[in-house]
Amino acid sequence: MADVKQTKVDLNNLKAGGFIKERGKDLFTVRLRVPGGRMSVPRLKKIAEVAEKFGGEFVHLSVRQSIELININFKDFDAVVEELGEATQKVASCGARVRVPVACGGCEYNPNGLVDTQKSALEVDEKLFGTPTGHHKFKVAFAGCPFDCPKSATNDIGFQGAIYPTLDTDACIGCGLCAKSCVPGAIVMGDDNRPIFSDAPCIWCGDCVKVCPTGAWSEAKRGYTVRIGGKWGRNPLVGTLFATFLPEERVAEFIATVLEWYKEKAEGFGRVRLGDTIIREGAQALLDHLQGRFPGYTVTATIAPQVIATQVGSSR
Amino acid sequence: MQVIDLRGVSCPTNFVKAKLALEELDNGTVARILLDDGEPVKNVPRSLKADGHRLIGLKQVDEGHYVLELEKIDA
Ligand code: HEM
Ligand code: SF4
Ligand code: SF4
Ligand code: SF4
Repeated sequence: MADVKQTKVDLNNLKAGGFIKERGKDLFTVRLRVPGGRMSVPRLKKIAEVAEKFGGEFVHLSVRQSIELININFKDFDAVVEELGEATQKVASCGARVRVPVACGGCEYNPNGLVDTQKSALEVDEKLFGTPTGHHKFKVAFAGCPFDCPKSATNDIGFQGAIYPTLDTDACIGCGLCAKSCVPGAIVMGDDNRPIFSDAPCIWCGDCVKVCPTGAWSEAKRGYTVRIGGKWGRNPLVGTLFATFLPEERVAEFIATVLEWYKEKAEGFGRVRLGDTIIREGAQALLDHLQGRFPGYTVTATIAPQVIATQVGSSR
Repeated sequence: MQVIDLRGVSCPTNFVKAKLALEELDNGTVARILLDDGEPVKNVPRSLKADGHRLIGLKQVDEGHYVLELEKIDA
C-alpha cells in the first residue's frame, strides 16, 4: 500500500485573500496586514522568524506598506498563520474587498502632522478591513497634512489632515513670518503691520499656526479634507473633493456610507471601481447620498474624478 | 543689551546655542538674538517661546537677517 499523505490546509484562512500564487510550483506570497505601516518591534521579530523558517531569502516591502513573505509553500499555510498569530500578526486581503489602509506617520512624532492618521488607519482597519464590495478593490489612505506624502487622492477614498486658521490680533508682534511662510498666498501684511487673511487661497496646511512665534494664529477647526474616486493602474483617476473638516471620529462611518452607495450603484456593471461608478452616475448622485448624513462637512458641489492621460493605448 | 549672534548657524544647533546662552542670563533680562532668514527664523523663535521665554519683537533688518527681542523667563 502506497504511503499517501493527505495535505491539510484550513481553507478558511484563504477566504479573505492575502495568499498570492507565485511563478514556482506550490509557492505563494503571503501578504501581511500592516495598517498605516506601523510595525511593533516584537511583531517584526516574529515575522523575521517565520520568514526564516518557511520563506525564501528575503521579504518584500510592498508599495502599500505591507511586508510580504516570499516563497511560502502552501502546505505550510496553517503553520505560518498560527506562528504569526503568536505575535498578533494577521494576513492581509486581496480581491474585491476593503484593503488595509495606508497612512503616513501622522502627528505623534512628525512635526508636520495635523491629525492622528495612525489612529484613523487602525480604526478603519478594525471596522472595515476585508468588507466585500461586490465589485472591485477599495483602497483608503490617510495623509497627516496637505503636503500629502501618501498621495491620498489616488485612493478610492483619500483623507488629508487640515486645520482652519484663526488670528488673535492682540497677540501679534508684527514679525511678518506668517505671510512669508504662507506659500499659497492667503496671508499678506496690512499697512498696520498686521496680517490680513483671505479664505479662498488657503489650503488649510497650518503653516501659519506652526510658524507664528507668539501663538497669535491658532486652529478654529481641525479634521480631514476628503477626496473620493481616485485609483491608479492602467486608467488612473484622481479623486475629487466631497467633504472638508470631517471629524476624525466620523471617518469609519463616512467610508461605510460611501461603500453603501458603491455597492448599490455598481450592481450589474461587473468589475468596476468606485471612481468609474461616480463618473457614470454623476458626482452629484454620491454627494446627495452623503449630504443628508454629513451636513456641515460635505461640500455644496463637486466634480467627477479627473482622468489622467497615460498617453499610451487609446489615450495615445 | 545682551546680543546672541546666531547668524550662519543652522538648525538645530542655533536653538541649542540660544538655550545655552540664555542659561547664563538672569531672569527678566532682555536679549537680542540674531537669526538668519529661512528655517532658523521659522523655528528658533517658537521653540524659545515653548521653553517659556517672552517674545517682545521680531523684525527683519536691512542686511536681511532677523532680530528677535526676548525676555528671559526662568523655567
Ligand atoms: C518639510 C516638509 C516635509 C516632511 C517633513 C515630509 C516628510 C515625509 C515623510 C515622513 C514621508 C514618508 C511617509 C510615510 O511613508 O509614512 C514622506 C514621503 C513623501 N513625501 Fe514628504 N514631507 C515633506 C514635504 C513634502 C512635500 C512638500 C511633498 C510634495 C510636494 C512631499 C512628497 C512626498 C511624497 C510623494 C512621499 C512618498 C514617497 C514615496 O512614494 O515613497 N513631501 N515625506
Ligand atoms: S503628509 Fe504631512 S504629516 Fe504626513 S508625512 Fe507628509 S508632511 Fe508629514
Ligand atoms: S493654513 Fe496654510 S494656506 Fe492657510 S493661511 Fe495658514 S499657511 Fe496659508
Ligand atoms: S507670525 Fe504671528 S506674530 Fe508674526 S505677523 Fe504673523 S501673526 Fe503676527
